[in-house]
Amino acid sequence: MIKGNFIDNLPKVYGIYTGGFLAFIIIMAIAEQMGMSAKAIGICFVAFTVAIYAIIGYLSRTAQADAYYVAGRQVPTVFNGMATAADWMSGASFVAMAGGIYFKGYGYMALLVGWTGGYVLVASLLAPYLRKFGCYTVPDFIGTRYGGNLARLLAVIVLTVASFTYVTAQINATGTIASVALDIPFQYAVYVGLVSILLCSMLGGMRGVTWTQVAQYIVLIIAYLLPVFWISNKIGAGFFPHFMLADEVSRIAELEAQFGFVKNSAENLKEVPKGLAGITKAHSAVNATPWAFISLALAMMMGTASLPHVMMRYFTTPSVKAARKSVGWSLFFIFLLYSSAPMLATLSKLALIDPTLPTGIIGKSVSEVQAIDWYQNWNQANLMFISDFNGNGTVELNEFFMGGKAVVLATPEIAGLPYVISGLVAAGGMAAAMSTADGLILAIANALSHDLYYKIIDPKAETAKRLVVARVLLVVIGFAGATIAAMEIQGILGSVIWAFDFAMSGLFFPLVLGVWWKRANREGAIAGMALGLISGAGYLIWVRSGGSGFLGITQLTFGIFGSAVSLVSMVVVSLITSEPNAATQKMVDEVRVPSGKSILGKQH
Amino acid sequence: MSKQAQHWEKTRGLLMVTLAIWFVFSIGIFLFGAEMNEVTGPFGYPLTYWFTCQGSLGIFVILIFWFANRQEKIDEEFGFSERGDD
Repeated sequence: MIKGNFIDNLPKVYGIYTGGFLAFIIIMAIAEQMGMSAKAIGICFVAFTVAIYAIIGYLSRTAQADAYYVAGRQVPTVFNGMATAADWMSGASFVAMAGGIYFKGYGYMALLVGWTGGYVLVASLLAPYLRKFGCYTVPDFIGTRYGGNLARLLAVIVLTVASFTYVTAQINATGTIASVALDIPFQYAVYVGLVSILLCSMLGGMRGVTWTQVAQYIVLIIAYLLPVFWISNKIGAGFFPHFMLADEVSRIAELEAQFGFVKNSAENLKEVPKGLAGITKAHSAVNATPWAFISLALAMMMGTASLPHVMMRYFTTPSVKAARKSVGWSLFFIFLLYSSAPMLATLSKLALIDPTLPTGIIGKSVSEVQAIDWYQNWNQANLMFISDFNGNGTVELNEFFMGGKAVVLATPEIAGLPYVISGLVAAGGMAAAMSTADGLILAIANALSHDLYYKIIDPKAETAKRLVVARVLLVVIGFAGATIAAMEIQGILGSVIWAFDFAMSGLFFPLVLGVWWKRANREGAIAGMALGLISGAGYLIWVRSGGSGFLGITQLTFGIFGSAVSLVSMVVVSLITSEPNAATQKMVDEVRVPSGKSILGKQH
Repeated sequence: MSKQAQHWEKTRGLLMVTLAIWFVFSIGIFLFGAEMNEVTGPFGYPLTYWFTCQGSLGIFVILIFWFANRQEKIDEEFGFSERGDD
């Protein structure tokens, strides 16, 4: 069936894989009809998909440096787009995004704009030039462009701080899903998640991660879109929700006006379990100030362009041209999910609050709602809660509380879809969290093994030894991340946003100016990275410990302050020190031209 | 002016146009979010709401592909494009 080389057969291989996955969903649906238990279905979905990723990871094993670090630079544009989309869309995008939109409306949508708009910066400012450079890692570019171990080391530090913040959130997400689907305690589930993650990346490095990420994208996009379309059709909202939910959106606005947003007393709110929230913000109205929206979007966009696990995906394309196109495909595949999240939030909210729909619970009597099966299930899972604050016996809008994750996890059940869909959603969430965790752990381990160990500590190390070090680091970082994740310090989304702010504080301007400003020199870059990261982190600590902040910069947008400091210090220090030498200037000229040899050799 | 300098000048020009369009749809329009939301946008959604759900996102996708094609043309014009058709 499969002849010739693997790359030429990719469409066929993944076509068969997709068909196989759809067949698996149908088999599970039939099994459910025949009486298979919900728990068994959940276990099957998670176990089956994780097993497939592990097999792909095993088949992609390699002993070559360029295959391990950059997948041999032969990943075709469209497939790299899918892999980047999976790399990008984390457990937070999958599980928490629709919930964020559901509860916070417009103010939260800044993240959608920011997490997509950033790709324009990636495509136009950085990706093609870094691909031409021929680096293995992001610090590899900084270290070579600016020269010197200190610049390289600082880049490794910024990268590690940003990615590590992010990766704990992803391991946390895999743990949450594994603990629900496999019904084991969270502290153990975190390590189950970790082992699954390492199975994909340990043997094959970037090559293994690339081909598992493509497989994970296919699972996660099916798992997200199928329920959205199904629910939309089931509640009669339209067969193509993206184009047809205008009536539903205005109906929600109408209901909001009718019910009003009643504020609960602090005393009443004490009853509500931690982490649950009520609907307190308008669904489609503009409920944030322009600056609050724009500053959050801007921070996410600049963060996107500075996060190494995304950037390094474009090191794997065959050419500079392909790197540019590949960014477009990445964003297209991301768009498919992101544009569906607001639709899911709309459908979920309408299904729950519209008294004229059979699923609506607002206006029903409290005892009636408490008797509903799905309410009991999700109440037990600590994701749903009602309480009769005013004692009138009916559920009001302000008396209904839900966890953010419930929008994605519970809506299929609320709308009356078969359990097989919930199993599918669990597999999708797992795929999303695993793929991002893999990309991040690999980014950190590669920076430490290539830039810190090989380039700084032991430049004479042989390939075999380098790859052993890389793999040991991968495991160590994974375990460190899992250990911190098991402590549950910050919610899933909080730590994700911080990662963007850290990355932009330290790396955005040193990367961009490295290509676009020839005068930028080593001293400037060092000042930019060090002062950017320190001031960003300092601002975060200040605001977290009760500081008032300034210019409306919050703990979610501290990167704006950090990167501003980074820009100013980099420009000032560059200008007061001597310009880069002729060889460096020539190197910048070469980076700006797509044709010709890359700056760093194929094996370096 | 050398061929390389001309190539870079055109590349920089394209960057400016790309960033200008990016700025309008990621930042510019949201300065007027509240006012724009009074208008009915495509498919009947409130306009600002539509931009945050689909509009800006879709425009970014198209913008990147447009940018990639323009940049390829510039590279070809100066003979700097790579061989291979991927």
